[in-house]
Amino acid sequence: MEKAIITVVGKDQVGIIAKVCVFLAEHDVNILDISQTILQGYFNMMMIVDATQSADQFGELIQGLEALGEEIGVTIKLQHEDIFNKMHRL
Amino acid sequence: MINLFEVAETNKMIEHENLDVRTITIGISLLSCMDSNVDVLCDNIYKKITTIAKDLVKTGEAIENKYGIPIVNKRISVTPIGFVGSSACKTVEDFVKIAKVLDRCANEVGVNFIGGYSAIVSKGMTDAERLLIESIPLAMKETNYVCSSVNVGSTKTGINMDAVKLVGEIIKETAELTKENDSIGCAKLVILCNAPDDNPFMAGAFHGVTEAESIINVGVSGPGVMRNAIKTAKGKSFGELCETIKKTSFKITRVGQLVALEASEALGIPFGIIDLSLAPTPAIGDSIADCLQEMGLERVGAPGTTAALAILNDQVKKGGVMASSYVGGLSGAFIPVSEDQGMIDAVQAGALTLEKLEAMTCVCSVGLDMIAIPGHTSSKTLSGIIADEMAIGMINQKTTAVRIIPVIGKDVGDIVEFGGLLGYAPVMPVNQFSCDEFVDRGGRIPAPIHSFKN
Repeated sequence: MEKAIITVVGKDQVGIIAKVCVFLAEHDVNILDISQTILQGYFNMMMIVDATQSADQFGELIQGLEALGEEIGVTIKLQHEDIFNKMHRL
Repeated sequence: MINLFEVAETNKMIEHENLDVRTITIGISLLSCMDSNVDVLCDNIYKKITTIAKDLVKTGEAIENKYGIPIVNKRISVTPIGFVGSSACKTVEDFVKIAKVLDRCANEVGVNFIGGYSAIVSKGMTDAERLLIESIPLAMKETNYVCSSVNVGSTKTGINMDAVKLVGEIIKETAELTKENDSIGCAKLVILCNAPDDNPFMAGAFHGVTEAESIINVGVSGPGVMRNAIKTAKGKSFGELCETIKKTSFKITRVGQLVALEASEALGIPFGIIDLSLAPTPAIGDSIADCLQEMGLERVGAPGTTAALAILNDQVKKGGVMASSYVGGLSGAFIPVSEDQGMIDAVQAGALTLEKLEAMTCVCSVGLDMIAIPGHTSSKTLSGIIADEMAIGMINQKTTAVRIIPVIGKDVGDIVEFGGLLGYAPVMPVNQFSCDEFVDRGGRIPAPIHSFKN
């Protein structure tokens, strides 16, 4: 299973998680873990997802999420989890 | 499992502190292309490079996407052309023909530099190598992407002073031929001592003859990340400062290692080394000078600068070697002037001189780099500067280099604009006393003694 990390950062508003989750469901991306906090009015969310079932290429998912982010006015990134594992785990 | 804090830390490094992988460089051996006919040779070179490196840029971009980390440069290094052209090239023009083919390959596969228009003449020069060196000015004028280097000395062989004298003249001629563009040809030409075979960084990259058919070398970077890390150790003891640098270097290098292995697998080319160098760019905050100033110096060049750089260089290596089993290339901290806003500011403030930079090269990873000097500087003086720098490398068993630009038509106080990653530089004064008789002696400086280290 190839895990990836989604980060969402931006001004808090109603429905951010809902919209991201709808997108993921539509593209067969399974959510494994969500953590979220509000820092000084800013919305910070991290999701660990599994995209192996998705018919889309990794690059397409990245673009789709970026476009969704622009639509709601937040920054959404999708990155393979290895960059974080390599940097923070021995 | 990875937590929000760790993810935020990594992305802060990428988004706000200019963390990037500086270069993926494919080393390609051109020994199998050799032929006695220069046109056949050029044809072989073209086919080999465009076949092996055709997916480099595409692969690099895919990795950038997957991990969300910029890979700034994709590059190629080749076997020193001084070897490759030895049988085919009878004239300077023959060598320039090869340079043009390399340029065409670079353009076609979409890399921004191709290194290896080089000669390794640490002890002596073959006829072909002399021709190659003589062809450098024209080659630098006629091409856009080709980088050239000449290795004129090593700890094992001493320094080839005939070559040092010759390259002084060659640098001057290159400056003249490219004077319309602020002598930019000299920014693509570096003179080395103890040049490594696996360096992925330009302008000194070449694919040494000790290397395999092809290889992936990766240069990591991150002065901005380092600077912010050092900031957190403000007022702390040297022990804590070193610990901070080491940990940060480890994190940066792990990312480089990840990218290197991924690129190696995708391209089907073996992984060579990670080069741990902290390489600055003209971007604000992406500066080695800022790292040193963050350690407690008012300006780079102040007393204490050499010690601060020694700490930085050594701790970067100590952190990095644990993150990758194969470390090579130049590994350390680069101190170019034009590519580092903090260095430029220090020169303009009168804090940093050529002599202090020379002292700093005793403990940094390479040498005098991207320094603009007055265009009227004589070739003998250039040779003298090179000889000094080569001696530092030879005696201290380290790589040293000189990439210096005598900017034709400019003098001390003028500003030279190179553009892009090469940045801009104030023209620095050079000691005006002569070394002509010393340079004119000819011959070699013998290899140093390897005992009685004082």
